[in-house]
Amino acid sequence: MNHNSKTALITGGTRGIGRAIALALAGQVENIALLYAGRRDAAEDTVNALLGKGVKSLAFACDVADSAQAKAACDQAREAFGPISILVNSAGITRDGLTLRMPPEDFKRVIEVNLAGAFHTIQACYRDLMKAGWGRVVNIGSVSGLMGNPGQMNYSAAKAGLVGLTKTLARELAGRGVTANLVAPGFIDTDMTRELPDGTLARALAQVPMGRMGKAEEVAAAVNYLCSPGADYVTGCVLQVDGGMYM
Amino acid sequence: MDDIMNKVALALASRTSSDPDGIIAETRFSELALDSLDVAELVMDLEDAFSVTIDISQIDGTVGDLVRVIREAAE
Repeated sequence: MNHNSKTALITGGTRGIGRAIALALAGQVENIALLYAGRRDAAEDTVNALLGKGVKSLAFACDVADSAQAKAACDQAREAFGPISILVNSAGITRDGLTLRMPPEDFKRVIEVNLAGAFHTIQACYRDLMKAGWGRVVNIGSVSGLMGNPGQMNYSAAKAGLVGLTKTLARELAGRGVTANLVAPGFIDTDMTRELPDGTLARALAQVPMGRMGKAEEVAAAVNYLCSPGADYVTGCVLQVDGGMYM
Repeated sequence: MDDIMNKVALALASRTSSDPDGIIAETRFSELALDSLDVAELVMDLEDAFSVTIDISQIDGTVGDLVRVIREAAE
């Protein structure tokens, strides 16, 4: 299959891990649509970086927690580039706080963006994937979703939920040539981890056998592999990129 | 048999290697050994064939449901 005619859609694709994923996928797709919620300047910067790599790229503002917005953004991407064959759900937020002090709205918002957001984009791209008979869905989870993390009840629950969502999708579409996998980063050096509460990062690094934070590019390399033809027989898997943090 | 029913029966027969004459409005997809994903795939093919958008949630489980939804979408 010629990967040069493929379109990838990446949520949260303009900063941090999402941006690194976009740049990595530029080597195997022709078109990349980025969905972003916040910073337009960062989105434009990533689009320009992709254009510089010879990939057609557009960024669409979208709150993936809103199913109508997610559908509209996927529709716009499809109109611009054709059917979506690779979907990477990387959009994520944190609203950390110890359980006793966590406002219920902070719990719900993180679930809505990090978990329901993935559902919304998958639903919006599902027909494209089924019709093509080939496709890739990679959801970005977290080691927090596998082992829990104090102060992240909302985030851990959402990321754990993505594991079940991913495996369900993998089973639904396995017979249609579509794979669904989850990449679970550990502590990666991004804007998001820089916002972690005092002490959390130091305690976390003490649990990492490799003794360092990961790089966004190292997560992107895992996603790039799962989207490649070489991963045709890999589906429903959780691929940890965590320096051995959880095993 | 009307044109839509005829085309749906032919599409189903082709997909399930069965006799199109044996497929009637009351035939359930489960009788043809089609699961929900098979039906979704069939619906996508029929959307292209009839140039309509079909709301899968409106199809309850029989061929007649599917024909009705296509007819409504085509109007």
